[in-house]
Amino acid sequence: MSSEVVISGVPQGTPEAGPDPVRALVAHADDNLVLAQRLGEWISRAPELEEDIALGNIALDHLGVARALYTHAGQLEGMGRSEDDFAMRRPERDFLNVLLVEQPNGDFAHTMVRGLLFDAYQVELWGDLSGSEDATMAGIAGRALKEARYHLLHSSAWVIRLGDGTDESHSRAQAAVDALWRYTAELFAQATSGYHDIWEKVVGETLDQARLQIPGDPYQRSGGRRGFHSEHLGPLLAEMQWMQRSHPGLEW
Amino acid sequence: MDAAQSSGAGVVTATATLDLDRAREVASRVVDPEIPVLTIADLGILRDVRIVGDRVVAIITPTYSGCPAMIQIAEDLRSALGAAGFDESDVVTAHHPPWTTDWITPDGLDKLAAFGIAPPGSEVTCPRCRSGSPRVVSRFGSTACKALMACSSCGEPFDHFKEF
Repeated sequence: MSSEVVISGVPQGTPEAGPDPVRALVAHADDNLVLAQRLGEWISRAPELEEDIALGNIALDHLGVARALYTHAGQLEGMGRSEDDFAMRRPERDFLNVLLVEQPNGDFAHTMVRGLLFDAYQVELWGDLSGSEDATMAGIAGRALKEARYHLLHSSAWVIRLGDGTDESHSRAQAAVDALWRYTAELFAQATSGYHDIWEKVVGETLDQARLQIPGDPYQRSGGRRGFHSEHLGPLLAEMQWMQRSHPGLEW
Repeated sequence: MDAAQSSGAGVVTATATLDLDRAREVASRVVDPEIPVLTIADLGILRDVRIVGDRVVAIITPTYSGCPAMIQIAEDLRSALGAAGFDESDVVTAHHPPWTTDWITPDGLDKLAAFGIAPPGSEVTCPRCRSGSPRVVSRFGSTACKALMACSSCGEPFDHFKEF
């Protein structure tokens, strides 16, 4: 099935040709763009002013990474697509982000647990890609690595505080782990460098400290990297892309 | 480029009139829109200035991925170069190697402290009373590059330029 799918002019990687670098760049960019949009929903609604600023800053980091990756993907592809073409003019089925980042924010514990799971993954990802032979990719990843470490400090501190906090905060944090754990295997579906083990160690130690349990249920969901999304991505894109869809080519 | 070079003596003359040292000087005086006491040269954002054909090319490196000031910096560069008579200029973003706070010049670090922002480094001292025992109020401050701290001695809050 997947070998027949052509995604908006991005040729699908074939076993012979190996993985398609443009497609990989777009997938990582989509992760960052969708998460930036989700985190932006917290602005003016976070539990305290410092968190409003923190989540806004983290969202901006992800947005900046997405922009750099889309621009680089467009240059590699050589078909004249801009960062806006990737971000604002592709339909849901062309987005290749993992399901984890498109999940609704839920309560604050939910957002912090999602942050922990994703930030720990990105630390490994960017560490790997900062050694890329593609100098632009290596540069983008080298910068994003420092940011991801900082994001992880923030999310893990909150997960520990909430998990090891009151009965109420503990039960909410545990509910978040139970709900989100099923989206974690997908993060490593295409990883070649075995960083799943390091991720499991980092996340496991933080959850231990937070007195939170990894769910026993092994059920895992995936599909985002192939463009098959949960029902939550469509409304997110509709809101994000509305301006460009209504007024194509509009500029500030 | 090839077309320009083969188009004759006019292009060669135009190239000769572009003064690289002056272009560098103009570009390096552009200030950071968020921290206007610092120039982009102080911050290590300005990587290089070159003359390519009849154009000035300024190469900059983004600091934080999400720093919105980069757009303003690119615009300010073009406008400063234009005002100095360099009508044709390009601002190119170089991602590699990634920017680090190690690239801030010693002069830039002094200017940061004088402006009331504790410069990056392992020992953070209060920019007002010089006491060395601050506490972190928030890891995320008013811009991507800063954290909010408070001095345990004089009690004043201050920004810290994060080590990156």
